[in-house]
Amino acid sequence: MSATTTTRKSGASAKAPRGENRKGRRAGWWLPYALLAPAVIFELVIHVIPMVTGIWMSFLKLTKMFISNWGNAPVTGLKNYQIALDFNSAVGSGLLKSFLITAAFTILVVGISWGLGMAAAVALQKSFFGRGFFRTLFLIPYALPMYAGVIAWKFMLQKDNGAINHFFFDNLGLPGDRPFWLIGNNAFWAVVIVAIWRMWPFAFLMLMAGLQSIPNDVYEASAVDGAKPLRQWSAITLPMLRPVNMVLLLVMFLWTFNDFNTPFVLFGGSNPPAGDLISFHIYNASFLTWNFGSGAAMSVLLLLFLLVVSGIYLLIMNRRKDRA
Amino acid sequence: MKIRTFAAAAAIAALAITATGCSGGTSNSGATNGGGKTLTYWASNQGTSLDNDKQVLTPELQKFQDQTGIKVNLEVIGWNDLQTRIQTAVTSGQSPDVLNIGNTWAASLQSTGAFMPFDSAAFDAIGGKAKFVKTAMDTGGVPGQDPTSVPLYGLAYGLYYNKAMFKDAGLTPPTTWEEMVADAKKLTAGSVHGMTLAAGSYTENSHFAFINAAQNGAEFFGPDGKPTFTSDGIVNGIARYLDLMQADKVVNPSNAQYDNGTQAINDFANGKAAMVLSQNNANSSIASQGMKDDAYGVVAFPAPAGGQQIATMVAGINMSIFKNTKNKDAALQFVKFMTSEATQASLDKSFAALPVLQGVTPSFTTNAEQAKTFEDIYSNKSKPLPLVAAEDQFESTVGKAMNQMFAKVASGGTVSKADIKAALTTAQQAVEAAG
Repeated sequence: MSATTTTRKSGASAKAPRGENRKGRRAGWWLPYALLAPAVIFELVIHVIPMVTGIWMSFLKLTKMFISNWGNAPVTGLKNYQIALDFNSAVGSGLLKSFLITAAFTILVVGISWGLGMAAAVALQKSFFGRGFFRTLFLIPYALPMYAGVIAWKFMLQKDNGAINHFFFDNLGLPGDRPFWLIGNNAFWAVVIVAIWRMWPFAFLMLMAGLQSIPNDVYEASAVDGAKPLRQWSAITLPMLRPVNMVLLLVMFLWTFNDFNTPFVLFGGSNPPAGDLISFHIYNASFLTWNFGSGAAMSVLLLLFLLVVSGIYLLIMNRRKDRA
Repeated sequence: MKIRTFAAAAAIAALAITATGCSGGTSNSGATNGGGKTLTYWASNQGTSLDNDKQVLTPELQKFQDQTGIKVNLEVIGWNDLQTRIQTAVTSGQSPDVLNIGNTWAASLQSTGAFMPFDSAAFDAIGGKAKFVKTAMDTGGVPGQDPTSVPLYGLAYGLYYNKAMFKDAGLTPPTTWEEMVADAKKLTAGSVHGMTLAAGSYTENSHFAFINAAQNGAEFFGPDGKPTFTSDGIVNGIARYLDLMQADKVVNPSNAQYDNGTQAINDFANGKAAMVLSQNNANSSIASQGMKDDAYGVVAFPAPAGGQQIATMVAGINMSIFKNTKNKDAALQFVKFMTSEATQASLDKSFAALPVLQGVTPSFTTNAEQAKTFEDIYSNKSKPLPLVAAEDQFESTVGKAMNQMFAKVASGGTVSKADIKAALTTAQQAVEAAG
């Protein structure tokens, strides 16, 4: 955030001295640096230092004995990584399981969110009465504060007095027992649904913006050639949205895979095994046992995984673009 | 143009200053404030709600301020968050001056080295070690070291039963586990269940893992302080407790989502369950739901026939002072005030706590029989939780594993003894990996 604002500001500042060329540049030489400084400082403070600290922590035996004075924590080398990657041990197998659940969660959430976002964006592409209303309506989940939205879902998903069970079993009169949503196996579907609800307006927003840039003439020309809407979508909309989609899918993948807030607010202190997403799992693993070194090692592993996936994704996509 | 550039630079600089100011920490403990000192106090949730705690404590804190001129900033923290909040405070050094801890965490928190040990000078400052009941004082920390906490409220578990329901069914209060289950089965009909448990609360679950295991004579930690979670006594104890929902079906499966004790107590007070296991501070919650004091009775949580007569762990709340407090003297004065007879008498009544001071008459209930029952449980049928550094890890790993077991039972699955043993093995490995 701060990076983009400052870049823009420094662009403006670069023009400023040029306007007053006669007085010489020396008077304002420091300004670009001064304007860049906040961005650099924030980048260091917010990104680089915590990341380096995290990596450093992952090589320490940082348990509660040392937590009030980090400097005393003994170095354990790769032991934290060994424990996390030993899939026969309880800690390692828990991490692996959580990883697989998160992978399934991510595929479902990103896929369905993208589908819904695309459908809504295309549906609202043509101007009609009430379009503004629907656009606003669809963006509400994204505009709501995260905590408020998810806590509302938490209430709705209660077994005995939640709105969901009330609707299905009291209003629609479904037979059978009311299921639990937040504990047991249904917890997976609960967290998937809530995450999609959170995520799809973002896909909608990005795709809607992308659609604005496709000129209408192309659609008209194809209509003259007899293309039906589905053909128009697959032959015009999709290819022309390619750059948007490329970034959108990557960003949604990263956010979803890292999602901590949704399970944390939805499940509270203890997460059911079926909803054991990896960020939350790492948080629990370090806070349950005060073993922050082990938690840091798991985080570094997660970081490496996401880096590798993102790298491969970008590599493949760029190569395809070059070929095309 | 120039003005705009400078305005932008100024704005960014201002932003940078504010942002770094924020990360500098706003919870500065012990700011000197017009001559009077200020303490930050984290209180645990003892009353019917966080607000209720605040209402009870505020007049006392005002009294303290009137006496000493020291202002106390109060924050009441729920049980689900307290441990994490303390961890964060220890890690970051952004801590309150004085705080409440579950007394079972005393040894664990002591091992972090973040808390002030009460040496003899500190004890003198708060009125002497001898003023506390020994059972309570023993929970202050690892034996043989200066404790890092002193007792504040004493608590013990009891089995609360609805007198009218027992009378209508022609039952007398149970004295053994088997009788308790048989009574509960008789009292389970329609929407009423024989018992209610806070089966989604990891602290409650870990306590009953300990108590049920203790009834079987099993220990969670060996003499060397190493975890021994997987012994038969522990597996059987946990299985017995789980079976209240699984095999005996005297507990409503919905209880698996009860993540604090108050929800179970409310069910009891509203007649949805005939019995509830709770610490003696339930009284205020029961009263707030409109159940009369004489409508319920309390007996010791019964052991199975032939088992050891352990009905509770030595429960309670202790007070600790953070080592890095800038107001050590003020903090000690505050601890002295909170553990004085006058304050204790008033707070014990509001929070229904057992006295932690020698020779004080219990004020938590006007019901003499109940007071006697709890005094008996606390002094004769109690066992302290292991006073080892890994105690809190036992509570969180075993307690959360039991949350999952109850969740599995509630959503239609079965939990066998092998499953319990597997879960305990996982918990033990997690504790060992951290140790």
